[in-house]
Order: sequence, then structure tokens, then C-alpha cells
Amino acid sequence: MIDLTVVWAGIIGFAIIAYVVMDGFDLGIGILFPRLKAGPERDTAMNSIAPVWDGNETWLVLGGGGLLAAFPLAYAIILPALYAPLIAMLLGLVLRGVAFEFRWRDARHRATWDAAFHAGSLIATVAQGISLGALLQGITVEGRAYAGGWWEWLSPFSLLTGASLVVGYALLGACWLIWKTEGPLQDQAYRYARVLGIALLVAIGAVSLATLTLEHQYFARWLAYPSVLATAQVPLATLIIFTLLFRSVKQRREALPFVFALGLFGLSILGLGISIWPNVIPARVTIWEAAAPYKSQVFMLIGAGLTVPLILAYTAWAYWVFRGKVDAEGYH
Amino acid sequence: MDALLLARIQFAFTVSFHFLFPAFSIGLASYLAVLEGLWLKTGNGVYANLYRYWLKIFAVVFAMGVVSGLVMSYQFGTNWSVFSDKAGPVIGPLMAYEVLTAFFLEAGFLGVMLFGINKVGKSLHYVATLAVALGTFISAFWILSVNSWMQTPTGYILGANGQFLPGDSWFDIVFNPSFPYRLTHTVIAAYLTTALAVGGIGAWHLLKDRDNPGARKMFSMAMWMAAIVAPVQVFVGDMHGLNTLEHQPAKVMAMEGHYQSHPDGAPLILFGVPNSKDQRVDYAVQIPKASSLILKHDPDAPLAGLDTIAPEDRPPVGVVFWAFRVMVGLGFAMLGLGLWSLIARARKRLFDWTWLHRAAVAMGPAGFVAVLAGWIVTEVGRQPFTVYGLLRTAQSASPLDAPAVAASLVAFVVTYFTVFGAGVWYLTRLMSKPPEANETALDGKPIRTAGITPAPAVAEGETP
Repeated sequence: MIDLTVVWAGIIGFAIIAYVVMDGFDLGIGILFPRLKAGPERDTAMNSIAPVWDGNETWLVLGGGGLLAAFPLAYAIILPALYAPLIAMLLGLVLRGVAFEFRWRDARHRATWDAAFHAGSLIATVAQGISLGALLQGITVEGRAYAGGWWEWLSPFSLLTGASLVVGYALLGACWLIWKTEGPLQDQAYRYARVLGIALLVAIGAVSLATLTLEHQYFARWLAYPSVLATAQVPLATLIIFTLLFRSVKQRREALPFVFALGLFGLSILGLGISIWPNVIPARVTIWEAAAPYKSQVFMLIGAGLTVPLILAYTAWAYWVFRGKVDAEGYH
Repeated sequence: MDALLLARIQFAFTVSFHFLFPAFSIGLASYLAVLEGLWLKTGNGVYANLYRYWLKIFAVVFAMGVVSGLVMSYQFGTNWSVFSDKAGPVIGPLMAYEVLTAFFLEAGFLGVMLFGINKVGKSLHYVATLAVALGTFISAFWILSVNSWMQTPTGYILGANGQFLPGDSWFDIVFNPSFPYRLTHTVIAAYLTTALAVGGIGAWHLLKDRDNPGARKMFSMAMWMAAIVAPVQVFVGDMHGLNTLEHQPAKVMAMEGHYQSHPDGAPLILFGVPNSKDQRVDYAVQIPKASSLILKHDPDAPLAGLDTIAPEDRPPVGVVFWAFRVMVGLGFAMLGLGLWSLIARARKRLFDWTWLHRAAVAMGPAGFVAVLAGWIVTEVGRQPFTVYGLLRTAQSASPLDAPAVAASLVAFVVTYFTVFGAGVWYLTRLMSKPPEANETALDGKPIRTAGITPAPAVAEGETP
């Protein structure tokens, strides 16, 4: 008998990975936006993500909607606990989402919408990072509800995770630009990728070490013998991929830096999973306590089983349609 | 103000803003599919130009719908966490289905629809347009199923932990008693809203240049739609009302302004001022026994009033009463406009009857107002419950401090008015420009695969 709760934890985990893989780079371009020259460079960067950003963001809706459907108790506890950062994230996404269209509709205020695109992307990223940190450091739960105040999410640790995610998404954005552009903009992206790579190495190290001090469970999970022999592979693999990333940037490879940057995110999420499994709210609520009833799980699994492969297929097709280098003339 | 009231204001504010965009994009996506289909079938360039004209508008509307919708999908948890915990096992899967079957479909094909025609060719591009249009409809299907379940919950069992759990069949949950009526009524409303908006813009440009082929075509198409769909909507609306009377009588009592029971025929109150303090409608203009005639098909049939409902279970009367009259009044105005257009068509004056065009311009925004009014009727009429009769609104909210909700409400109001205000301004700018014979695509390039490309004169022949 397959445990559907574990299956659903896997599906939600997949949605989170898909979201970070796909929306990370377009948020990252928003973060880098003020450093790109106004005019053709910004237009090119924008054109490289305009046809896909909406689909990318839909994975965030699936993350939220899927959590409600598969783990309603977790949804009901986590979202009020992260009230301020989540509202900030939503407003940031509103700002940047409309900027995609508005900047083309109003040449006189293009600079204003570019600023909104940057600010919205930055706010959304910081808020996502803070939310992750706040979840990891633990939230106050009583019965079936969140019981902390509305500033509980704020701590040095959550600020660290917020800043780290900014660095990470910016790296993804730079690597995407390496892949999709050429000329001076690509040169600039190579320079950023190197600097951001170093910054991300520091950030991942700092977050990892700080995480160990948060909960006894995390410490034990990572460092107890003999499981340390397995868990130690994660930081090891991370270091190897960092090396490959720096080398691919130095060799001016086109697509590889983006692939390695995604690899770093994959390993970070794996590490996160190792820390909190099998809880959905770290150290408080397990996936089984929060799970929807069996009938709901089955009903949704049928839908997900039929649609997710299709979704991946036509998403891949949409990316394929817009493959290759982009220019400022682009799609608009 | 307490946190509950603030949360309710915030939800009402954000959902009202959001609802305007899908109400337009559901209809507009279908209209675009029709335009592209007619273009592929007839090769008539006027359809291609209208497609490109409305596609630019669709892109802006859709972007605003996406971002305001994203807010909604999280707000269930941030502000209504107890509701989410309790109703999640039942409504969560329906919302997950909405994401899986509708949002991805729309978003996945939107890029190709907006920017891809030169990359994929005409046929595949048409597939993308159809996929987006289908996606908007599927989205309406699931979210209205959720909303209808909250109005007329069926197919659930109550769990020991206080959760609503799915019963024997998901069919009973998805196709709950009010869903078929609400779905039909709402989707038709979206079509009608779009028809009036398109007709209003067409009429606006006809007033300035009655020979503009694009303006003539869009006005003619929109008036056909209004003439055919408005009467259907009146009929469907009546059916929906009777369904509500069966399952949510208190809502109908508030709509009708019936504070008191009428044992031998209830009057139809046309206008008046609901006075909830004294439980009566002041200055009422009413037709005796007409309400019983409409609702029971018998002028002497008894109709219960709000006096039969426990005071703590009554919805607010004033808002529901007024919103209902706005919706119905506008509905009949739409019916009138459609009839007028038929007369104009019969007299061959569709394109030169200035007063018809002025009326169509005035009615351009009417659909949006009517849709919001209808939404207010059904949502406020459900109060004081989130899940009708089972879960009170007061017991559904998140355990949040009032300052937190007040701060977020202010942030939403400021952001929405700035951002969507700018968006509506851009929409009016796009729409104030007449449709040209050689509308550019969104990528600013002519459509290479189109046989008619740079020769705008070709196939601009026009038959109303």
C-alpha cells in the first residue's frame, strides 16, 4: 500500500522545485534590472521572459492551492503565521506582473514601470526568503491554529534567508541572460554570474550553519553517526557544482552556468527536505497530521496524474517555441 | 474596527477588483477565438485586424487578472485560515483542479497566443487561442463550483475534528444544487459584459467615423450577441433566483425586501428604502401580489419573510436589496439595447443611428457594474455564513491582530488603485484608438504567415 500522504508531499515538493526553477530566473532578472542599461538591454532582458513568466508563476499558485488541498491544516497554520511577508510577496508580484505589459504601453513612464518591476521582484524574493527562514526557525502553534504574533517571522535568521534568496535568484537571472542573450549584455551577465556565485557560496554556507543551531532535530539529522556519511554528500555535491559553475562561467559556456545554478537550488531544496522531513511545519506538525483525508488525496491524484505530464509537455513546447537568443525587437 | 470586519473588507475589496478582469477576459478570449476562426475561414482581413486590436487589450486585462487572482489564492489562508482548515478537504481539491486544468492551460498557451504567431504558424496559433479561451471557461467552472458549494453545501460529512470531509461521491460536491445555475448565469454574464464593452467601443468609433470597417464589424457582432444573449440571461437569472428561493430563502427575502411574511400573496417592491431597524421598507413602490406571482407562479401564494428567520441568521438587507435592483435594472437595459439594435438592423440603420450608438457607449461599462452587483447579491446574501447554514463568517477568520489586517488592507487599497488605475487608463487609451486597417501584432511585426500581410486594403471588404 502506497502512502498517499508521502506521495502528496512529493508532489508539493515538486511544485516548489518547479516554481523555484522557473520563476527564480525571471525574478532574478527583476533584481538585476536597474543594473542593465535602459533601452535595448532592458528590452532584451524583458523579452527573454515575457512569453513564459505567467506560466512560471502558476507553479506558485499550485504550491498554495496544492497545500490547501493536500495539507489543509498546514495551509491554515502557515499562512497566518507568515502574514506580513506573504502579503508583501503578493503585492510585489502584482507590481512586477503588470509591469510586463505596462512598460510597453507607456513609453513616457517606462522608467517608472521598470522601477516597479525591480521593486516588485525584489520584495517578492525577500519575502519568499524570509518566509522560508521563518518556517525553518519554527512557528508557534496551539491546537489547530497559529498562536504567535504578527512579527514572529522577523529574526536575524529570516533576514539572512531573505538576503540569500535574493543572491540566489539574481544568480539564476544572470545565468539565464548568459543563455538567452549575446554581446555586451551577455558579457555583463558573465561578470555578474561570477560575483553572485561567490556571494551565493557564502550565503549557502551561512544559512546551512545557522540552520544547525535552530532545532535539535536539524543538528541530529545532519551530524549523527552513521547518517552523517549520507548527509555529508549534500554539501560535498554542492561544492563540486560550485566549482563546475565557476569553470563554466570562466569558459564562457552558454547554457551550462544556468544548469549548474539550478543544480545548486536543487541541492539546497534537498537539504531543506533532509532537515524538516517528515514534518510540514518543522518540529510541530507532521505531514500525516496535516494531510487531507484519503478520498481527497485520491480524487486529486487522478487529476494530477492526468494533467501534470500534459502541463510539463506543453510548458516545454512553449519554451521550445521561444528558444534561442533574444533581441530587443523580440516579441513586442 | 475589529480584525474580522477588516478581513471582510479586505476580501470584498480584493475579490471585487479581481472579478472585473476575468469577467472581461472570459468573454474576450472567446471573442478572440471567434475572430481568429472567422479570419482563418474567410481570409477576411478585417477579422485579423480586429483580432490584433483586441489582443493588445486582452494582454493587459489578462495580466491584471492573473496578479489579482494570485492574491485571492493565498488570501483564503492568510485571512480565512479556520475556513481553510475546515473546508479544505472539500474545496481544496476543486481549487487544485482549477490550477491543474485551467491556470496552466491559460498560462502555457498565452505566450504563444500573444507573441508566437510568426513562430508557430496560423493553425497552431489558433490552437493556442482556443486553449486560452477553454482555460478561462474551465477556470470559471471550478471556482464557481467552489463558490456554489459554499452557498449550497452537499456531499460532505462532518469529521470528528470539525472538518468538512468528502462523502461518497465527488459528483455531489462539484455539482451541488446551485452550481449549474450559477455557472450558466455567470458565464453568460461574462459574455454579455464583453459584448457591451466591445459594442460600446465600436459605437464610440462609429460616432467619429461611421465608415471604419473594423468599428462596423465589432459593433455589429456585439449587437448580435447582446440581442441574443440578453433575453437568455433574463430567463437564466429567473431560474437561478428560483433555485436560490429553494435553497437559500433568506437571501431572496433580502433581495425582495420582505421583512414580513405575506400569507396571501407578497407584493413586488420595485423601489423603496429598506429600514432594518423597524423591519420595513420605507417609501415602497410596489405591485401587489406580483412577487408571489414571479416566485411561486400564483398571485395568492404565501411567501415567508425575514421574520421567520432567527435574527442572528439574517443577511444584511440594504446592500442585497440595492445591488439586486442595480443588476436587474441593468439587465433590462441590456435587453432594450439588444432589441433596439434588431430594429436598427431591420431598418438598415445599424451604422448611422447616432442615438443607438450613444446608448451603446453609455451601456459599455454596464456589464461590469451588473456583474459586481450580482456578485454582491449572492455573497452578501450568504451572510452571516461562509458555508451556508454551517460555518459562520465570524468563526472562519484567521487569528490575526487587527493592526496586521489594517496595515495589509491599506497596502492593498493603495497598490490596487495605483496599479489597476494605471491599467484601466492604458486600456482606455488602447480602446480610444480606432481599429486600423493594418493593426500591428504584439511583437510589432506584421504577421509573416498571413497571406494578406502588408497590403491592408486586401480583403477589407465589409459586410455587416
